[in-house]
Amino acid sequence: MRPRESLLQAQMIRIENLVKAFGAKRAVDDVTFAVERGEVLGFLGPNGAGKSTTMRMITGFIPPTSGRVSVGGHDVAEAPLEAKRLIGYLPEAAPSYPDMTVQGFLSFAAELRGLDGDARKKAVGRAVERCFLASVLHQSIDTLSKGYKHRTCLAQALIHDPEVLVLDEPTDGLDPNQKHEVRNLIRELGKTKAIIFSTHILEEVDAACTRAIIIDRGRIVASGTPDELGRPLDEVFRRITLPDTVKSK
Amino acid sequence: MSAWHAIRTIAKRELVSYFTSPVAYVFLVIFLLLTGFLTFTAGAFFERGEASLGAFFGWHPWVYLVLVPAAGMRLWSEERRSGTLELLLTMPITAWQAILGKFLASWTFLAIALALTFPVVVTANVLGDPDNGMIFAGYLGSLFLAGAYLAISCMTSAMTRNQVVAFILSVVICLFLLLAGFTPVTDLLVRWASPAFVDTVAAFSVVTHFDGFQKGVIDTRDLFFFLSVIGFSLFATGVVLRNR
Repeated sequence: MRPRESLLQAQMIRIENLVKAFGAKRAVDDVTFAVERGEVLGFLGPNGAGKSTTMRMITGFIPPTSGRVSVGGHDVAEAPLEAKRLIGYLPEAAPSYPDMTVQGFLSFAAELRGLDGDARKKAVGRAVERCFLASVLHQSIDTLSKGYKHRTCLAQALIHDPEVLVLDEPTDGLDPNQKHEVRNLIRELGKTKAIIFSTHILEEVDAACTRAIIIDRGRIVASGTPDELGRPLDEVFRRITLPDTVKSK
Repeated sequence: MSAWHAIRTIAKRELVSYFTSPVAYVFLVIFLLLTGFLTFTAGAFFERGEASLGAFFGWHPWVYLVLVPAAGMRLWSEERRSGTLELLLTMPITAWQAILGKFLASWTFLAIALALTFPVVVTANVLGDPDNGMIFAGYLGSLFLAGAYLAISCMTSAMTRNQVVAFILSVVICLFLLLAGFTPVTDLLVRWASPAFVDTVAAFSVVTHFDGFQKGVIDTRDLFFFLSVIGFSLFATGVVLRNR
């Protein structure tokens, strides 16, 4: 493989001049960045900054107003199936089908990912182990606590051992122990995959990320390793983002 | 993964979900009680003195009017409300595979409900000597009628996250398709409109196209009508989902 190709290959997620407008409001305004294999990118920003909207465009759930997203070299708009195959996605609210059991739900996700027979059984087993779901495997999802529901949806994102993970607030609603476990999991997975995860908990940047981007009102306002961004992080964050009580001009 | 495999996966989950919730059982009981009551009591099945299922099939456009939208209203609005739509549409499947899978699952469910009305056929065969070919045509027509209503419910369900809104919209559209060919309405229309106009309106009605089946005639034009209603509505579902 020539060096240039391997460089392109390493960039698993590429976002160029991404814009999403809802009416007159620009939820995402000219965002450009890339995530390489072996990288865990923390996506920070106040509520409503455009984190979820950006992630929804990466996963192909909503089309961008303009700009390009490619995943593993596949343009999400032109080759959505090829791109989606590479992605594991945990949406913001960690949705799942409440009437299904954890096993049924994961098995369904695996089947949609094209896994059959033994491969499916193995995939479900591995995801269950990674997300500590063994004790609730045969319980129906609507009887689970929030933490378990959340991890069930996370397990769904990991089911096909994807090369790219897009995790929208993966530690939201978890207790401190669970948060710790999920962060460790993300760091571990990040060694071989390209991961982007959003959060508004700043300690998570130090705990799990190799790099972070701070986004405010649709624009990237800072980018770099946690050390480059400066310390303490929460002061940096407050200085460069505006609270949502401040009206944007 | 092949398209058919994806459709089957979606359909299987959807069909199972009918039976893991009370929806299926409530639906089946009400459907069977209602068709039974309308056929044997209101439809005067025994007093007619003929071995046919006219009293049975004649009510189907009306029974389906309420029950089919009730079975179809949650198909997409529930996915929208709970956020699972985001999960489903970011899987490596196309939207039309999901649409078709869900539709086929619900249609299968309605077919099961329809199949459970077999005692009516048995009764007619025990008491007399009905034309079973005609009965078969009636069942086929009824299945397509249910499919047409269901596809419309799919479409309205994709429009909103609120199941009640989806239900009402669907009933209104189906009611229009029903009344356009309903004899009391066409008789009323004839008083002030030209017969050609009335015929054109009636041509859009499910009643007009269901009539042939009830008489034992399987006309390709009637089949084509029902298939186009289904095709158009599912296509519209896709458009609505894309522009959500």
